[in-house]
Amino acid sequence: MIPFPNYMIKHLMILLVFCSSLTIGSLARPANPETINFNRDVRPILADNCWSCHGPDKGNRKAKLRLDISDHSKSGVIIPGNALESTIIERIFSNDADEVMPPIDHRKKLTKAEKEILTKWVNEGAKWEDHWAWITPSRSDDLKTKDAIDSILEKKLKKNNLNFSETASRHVLIRRLSFDLRGLPPTIEEVKDFEKGSLDTAITRLSEKFLASESYGERMAVNWLDLVRYADTNGYHADNPWKVSPYRDYVIDAFNNNLPFDQFTIEQIAGDLLSEASIEQKVAAGYNRLNMKSTEFGIQDAEYLAKYAADRVRTTTTTWLGVTVGCAECHDHKFDPFTIKDFYSFAAFFADIKGVGYYPDAQKIGWGETIQVLDKKTRIEISKLENEIENNKSEEDQKLIKQKIEELKKQSREMIATVSVKPRMTRIFPRGDWMDKSGEIVGPALPNFLSNQKVSSRKDLAEWIVSDNNPLTARVFVNRLWKMFFGTGISKVLDDIGSQGEWPSHPELLDWLAVEFMESGWDIKHMVRLIVNSKAYRQSSYETEKLRTIDPENRLIARQSSFRIDAEFIRDNALSVSGLLVNKIGGPSVKPYQPSGYWENLNFPKRTYKADTGPNQYRRGVYTHWQRQFLHPALIAFDAPSREECTANRPQSNTPLAALVMLNDPSQVESARALAQKALTTKNLSNDQERIQFMIMKVLSRNPLKDEIIALSSLLNKHKEKYSDDPETAKELVGVGNLEIPKELKPEVLAPWVSVGRAILNLHETITRY
Amino acid sequence: MKLLPDTRMDNSILRKTFIKRASLGSAALTSLLNESSIGSIRNKVAPKCKRVIVLCMAGGPSHLETFDFKPKLKELHGQPMPKSFTEGQQIAQLQGQAKDLKVLGPQHDFSKHGKSGQEISAALPNIAKHIADDICIIKSMQTEQINHDPAHTFMNTGSIISGRPSMGSWINYGLGSECDNLPGFVVLTSVGGGQSQPIAARQWHSGFLPSQFQGVRLRSKGDPVLYINSPKGVNQNRQREVIDTVKELNLIGKKTLQDPEIDARISQYEMAFKMQMSVPGLVDFSDEPKHITDMYGTKGADGSFASNCLLARRMAERGVRFIQLYHRGWDHHGGIKKGVQHTASLVDKASAALVRDLKERGLLEDTLVVWGGEFGRTPMAQGDGRDHHIKAFSMWMAGAGIQPGMTYGGTDELGYSAVDNVVHVHDFHATMLHLLGIDHEKFTYRYQGRDFRLTDVHGKILKDIIT
Repeated sequence: MIPFPNYMIKHLMILLVFCSSLTIGSLARPANPETINFNRDVRPILADNCWSCHGPDKGNRKAKLRLDISDHSKSGVIIPGNALESTIIERIFSNDADEVMPPIDHRKKLTKAEKEILTKWVNEGAKWEDHWAWITPSRSDDLKTKDAIDSILEKKLKKNNLNFSETASRHVLIRRLSFDLRGLPPTIEEVKDFEKGSLDTAITRLSEKFLASESYGERMAVNWLDLVRYADTNGYHADNPWKVSPYRDYVIDAFNNNLPFDQFTIEQIAGDLLSEASIEQKVAAGYNRLNMKSTEFGIQDAEYLAKYAADRVRTTTTTWLGVTVGCAECHDHKFDPFTIKDFYSFAAFFADIKGVGYYPDAQKIGWGETIQVLDKKTRIEISKLENEIENNKSEEDQKLIKQKIEELKKQSREMIATVSVKPRMTRIFPRGDWMDKSGEIVGPALPNFLSNQKVSSRKDLAEWIVSDNNPLTARVFVNRLWKMFFGTGISKVLDDIGSQGEWPSHPELLDWLAVEFMESGWDIKHMVRLIVNSKAYRQSSYETEKLRTIDPENRLIARQSSFRIDAEFIRDNALSVSGLLVNKIGGPSVKPYQPSGYWENLNFPKRTYKADTGPNQYRRGVYTHWQRQFLHPALIAFDAPSREECTANRPQSNTPLAALVMLNDPSQVESARALAQKALTTKNLSNDQERIQFMIMKVLSRNPLKDEIIALSSLLNKHKEKYSDDPETAKELVGVGNLEIPKELKPEVLAPWVSVGRAILNLHETITRY
Repeated sequence: MKLLPDTRMDNSILRKTFIKRASLGSAALTSLLNESSIGSIRNKVAPKCKRVIVLCMAGGPSHLETFDFKPKLKELHGQPMPKSFTEGQQIAQLQGQAKDLKVLGPQHDFSKHGKSGQEISAALPNIAKHIADDICIIKSMQTEQINHDPAHTFMNTGSIISGRPSMGSWINYGLGSECDNLPGFVVLTSVGGGQSQPIAARQWHSGFLPSQFQGVRLRSKGDPVLYINSPKGVNQNRQREVIDTVKELNLIGKKTLQDPEIDARISQYEMAFKMQMSVPGLVDFSDEPKHITDMYGTKGADGSFASNCLLARRMAERGVRFIQLYHRGWDHHGGIKKGVQHTASLVDKASAALVRDLKERGLLEDTLVVWGGEFGRTPMAQGDGRDHHIKAFSMWMAGAGIQPGMTYGGTDELGYSAVDNVVHVHDFHATMLHLLGIDHEKFTYRYQGRDFRLTDVHGKILKDIIT
């Protein structure tokens, strides 16, 4: 072989790279962009491959080189406009094992396309921008509010020679609206109502109805409760129950009353610090005490206080800021400009919250401060009664009224409370080691690179979080909202919009929505209305061959997306279509049927699960007792998180365990029976075919196809025969669940219909929102 | 280039990978990794190990009464614990008596066993007699967490923060399952012999990995697997007919809905039914000869550690990738002499039987058996017991390329600190992955913008204990 000098090989390779063919990549971040956009194209490559040694963490920095900042004028590492002379380019193309970057033993390797992008970027002048999410969102004023979503999306579609898909059918749309806005299927009446008038008016009419219903708050609460890690038990070790359900009611009410998100934020982080705080605001502040706590004998107070403090930093920064400050507990962040000092300064905001690390005997003596909470309705009732007393009633009447008041007051519920005391000292723990007392003492401060505003309390923090000066909160919220209605965020990584997150598919749209959200006065329902009334929202989710090839991840939104409904709504759906659902809002948690012995590995004390009887058996999934260590298995099977940690994104799995829940969980089987009982007792259903039709309509909001009737009739007839031959088994099957059986229904008549109900409830279509 | 799919990967791509594998109808069904990416995490040498059985001695067995004999401790029994050992160190329940710590001598006798002459306590006669030459005892384990709950979490996930995947989930994610009628990661629990510290489902959770990799608990009471039994009044045939109808309707729906996820749904229902069919056979010991059930000391699947060990072997035969048994009974704060005796009597015979049985069937060659707790216990007395201890504890491993009849590492003269060839939990993880053919430094998953590893940024492979 003719030996080439090393530098020639390098030059040759750089040339070759330019001749290479285009590769197809994600549409959010093209592999071979025409012009380089630093934030979209270059930053992720540098962050992922270079910054662990040449980034913000000074403890790990090699060769004193930073590739996370723009100034390289003196070093010659990057010479704008001249890739061939820039050391960075020389090193990434080097054939010398000692020279090449990333180093040979480093886990990261650059692809050819990535090298090409870096080269092109340097040649084009090595333009540098701040990370997009750190820049205040802005928008042009040319777009009309109601057209903005569609026109931004359509602009990008046009560039890709695409259009919106056709509008979905009305029956698909009413289900989509109903699941998205209420987490419940539409009733038959609603399906019929939705057929009336123009589509625009129908969407507005029904979406307004759903937004006004209390179910909306229950639906919206589910995702929020994941973020704030709401649960009914303490999480560590003995995992005992505690009393926090008024907080869940607060969240549901807040969404229903459309409490502005800035106020919603301030009340949760600092409700207790507001002047003349209402009982609701104090309940909201309970957010600060929803973290896991331990009762394990032998733990050290200081160690657990450190754990709780770190949890509050992780939860608050993920929930509102969508960044991973938690990574800076032991060292400066490797990818984002958060320092270890930022982490502990953030923790110091919460150092005033009264509490300890070790909670001995909490089952007897509780978890520290509590408040007594009466819900609003009861409070109004009481004040009415108190007025009556004043209105000169007879002594006897007064006595009766007073008794009534006492009775009502008994309905009050306890709630673990946030109480502010003199702040504990907060120290930086080097390498996260709580036993290391050598670190600097810090007070509350915002992450330095985001703001150096002087702040001192949780209230200050909360106000900054929802201020114009913070570029993150509005973006993070609308991005997660978008996911609820389109299946994927505009930036796909919901819990990290830092430099390791994803460049948004439509940055202009994300910013437009963020600005609109803030300017609307943080009006959540306004944002929901904009989304559901858009053309983009009402598209069919049908994936054509063409779209599958061009945009398999549907990032251009040339169609809607289909996805499985969340764990709680799978339960709600079965209870709702079968008529079992008890639509009571709020209150303490409830216990649906659960396999016996599921809690056998809990101890201190040992416990037996007692399923609720009566109406509480049939409440919505959002009210399920949330046992952190042993969450209800039907919820786990559909990816509900244990809520030990803040969770921004639930995965969507499809497993045999989920199939077993749908097939065999008594809640599902009882729903099938209730549906069957309805079909058999509803007047004017005169034959089996009409009954099957009725059941399909109830569950799928549409008429059955002929083939579907044939398949279900065949099952029905087989099981009619089998259950009449074997009436004992029929009795067993219809005995699943507490629901009474109408006397006129014989088990062997009902049982085959339960099979039909089970088949329909188990369909993929039943639990999918199209 | 990303080696592995990350959380940002869209469902449709996951779905496609999944369907592709499902259509192979093969055992690899539950691994999301395609062959080329497995290749990139693989070691160059062919793996010796195909599956792992962890016998978790939950509660923290005392190393000083099981595998780590300290004559000096005997000598100093009852005397004040030298401050040079304890000053500045973390202690748990002894916090109140930190100034008055006394030495507690070994409560059981030790003697040498087998050709290898391994030193083992009299509390574990079967392990001593039958498998001393098969196991590698590590005396120099250390962990970072001094309380049960976080110590288990650390042992299983390499982190104390909830929401990280457990080792069984990692391994199934990386290698997939070898069988299509049982989950790839199964957990069994038993109690007895000491106070039963709780065990959270977090210990077998898949964390940020896809949920299909979570551990599934096999139970002795009620449904052996949650919801595995058909509803009352529905026999196998009728259940099959319902599932067939669901399939038929789903296929009809697919024509109009054009949703590729429907195929995956159908295959999951098939697998669910297969599980329904195969679990009853798994837990029915009637096909086991008497000498086998006697060797383990069990009569049927009764939830005892002994029956769980036999179940573990039956699952290993059926290709379950990761099997984890918890025996919740080793937390001996007081009465440690009798306590260890009692708990050991419930696990010793079956632990030894499992290794022997696997060996006789040729399964020990590619099955790694691990025996140990979440931490050790103090050389200092807590009354007549011992407190939690993180600076030293013992563990043994056997099979699948582990040096048999070997002792590795050692502690100081009082068994307080591991001093010789210290083995951290991360090193154990690194070694286990290595035996399975996985390079622990390359085996990552992208979550919240970071590539996570079971071994975090640590872990060294214990080359000395590998054949």
